[in-house]
Amino acid sequence: MLIRDTSAGYGLLTRLAHWIMAVGIIGMFVLGLWMVTLPYYSPYYRTAPDIHRSVGILLLILLVARFGWRLVNPKPDESELSPFERTASRVVHWGFYPLLFALMASGYLISTADGRPVEVFDWFNVPALVHRKGMEEPAGEIHEILAYLTIAVVVIHAAASLKHHFIDRSRILTRMWSGPPSAS
Amino acid sequence: MKFAPQSSVSLSLVSRSRVCLAVLAVALATASPAAAADYVIDTAKGHASINFRIKHLGFSWLTGRFDDFSGAFTFDAANPEASKVKVEINTDSVNSNHAERDKHLRGKDFLDTATYPKAVFESTTVKMNGDKATIVGNLTLRGVTKQIEIAAEPVGGGDDPWGGNRQGFTGTTSLALKDFGINFDLGPASKEVELTLNVEGIRQ
Repeated sequence: MLIRDTSAGYGLLTRLAHWIMAVGIIGMFVLGLWMVTLPYYSPYYRTAPDIHRSVGILLLILLVARFGWRLVNPKPDESELSPFERTASRVVHWGFYPLLFALMASGYLISTADGRPVEVFDWFNVPALVHRKGMEEPAGEIHEILAYLTIAVVVIHAAASLKHHFIDRSRILTRMWSGPPSAS
Repeated sequence: MKFAPQSSVSLSLVSRSRVCLAVLAVALATASPAAAADYVIDTAKGHASINFRIKHLGFSWLTGRFDDFSGAFTFDAANPEASKVKVEINTDSVNSNHAERDKHLRGKDFLDTATYPKAVFESTTVKMNGDKATIVGNLTLRGVTKQIEIAAEPVGGGDDPWGGNRQGFTGTTSLALKDFGINFDLGPASKEVELTLNVEGIRQ
């Protein structure tokens, strides 16, 4: 029961995926904002975008895997939530999947617009699925807008979890950090 | 009655000048190689290109082009210094064969195509030196208008196989990026970009 989720709390895989993605997504946002300001002769001019693209693909794979994992696992208990909180948390939690998918897909479409693959570190290449001249422009605008939107939703999500933790004194944040109560 | 002969004289003058105009028109139409004519640059069928090249780190030439532009010129083989040319470029059509770089080139560091979607060159004077020409004119790029000189020469011209008439030229010029407000530092070997224009005009 340690690996899988239960109604009392999240299993190891969900918790790992959650916190890797939390660090990854916030880190990618900062990295993305920073890398586009680098001067040409910066030692990071090439490596920063390389890392951004590589991590983006890995996060995309993790996102899809996590979505599948979420579907086949029991839903943690939400009975303590008010009707508004329940609706809002569902919108945010399920909204993250299409939002992040579109964010990562749009980034991939920038880099592959000319038919070049995305190189994930020196590990493997993801080939271009759509090769369309000029696609990098709309893809880039969408990527930027969705990045800000994602961070806005992250802030709401984090604020809500802190509210549950410090104001409601519930285990909602704890169960994502240390899992179900140790008795189970 | 006294004025009748006069009026008949003036009538004949009018008809004579009409004949002269008609002869002149026929002469212009038939002897066209010697007359100034208007040409539209054949971007429709892709017989024209605006290419650029800039050194990468001083190690190699990076080449690219503007895919979308239009233009026209007037040309008179007998009086080439009377020629005029105007070219308008859609800057967001910049194509260096790398999507991420093209996106960067369209951005604020370089062409800022959202703010400055057009670049325009319009000639002011043409100076001939034998077969070669120096086309002086104003280039507006990234909102900055500056006089530039294009070293041009004819490539060929004459009747095409489909009933039209064409004239083709090639020209080169060099621009300092900072002159047009492009201050992104590409390194000491990459301060200037060379432009090569290949145009084929179809006589209208």
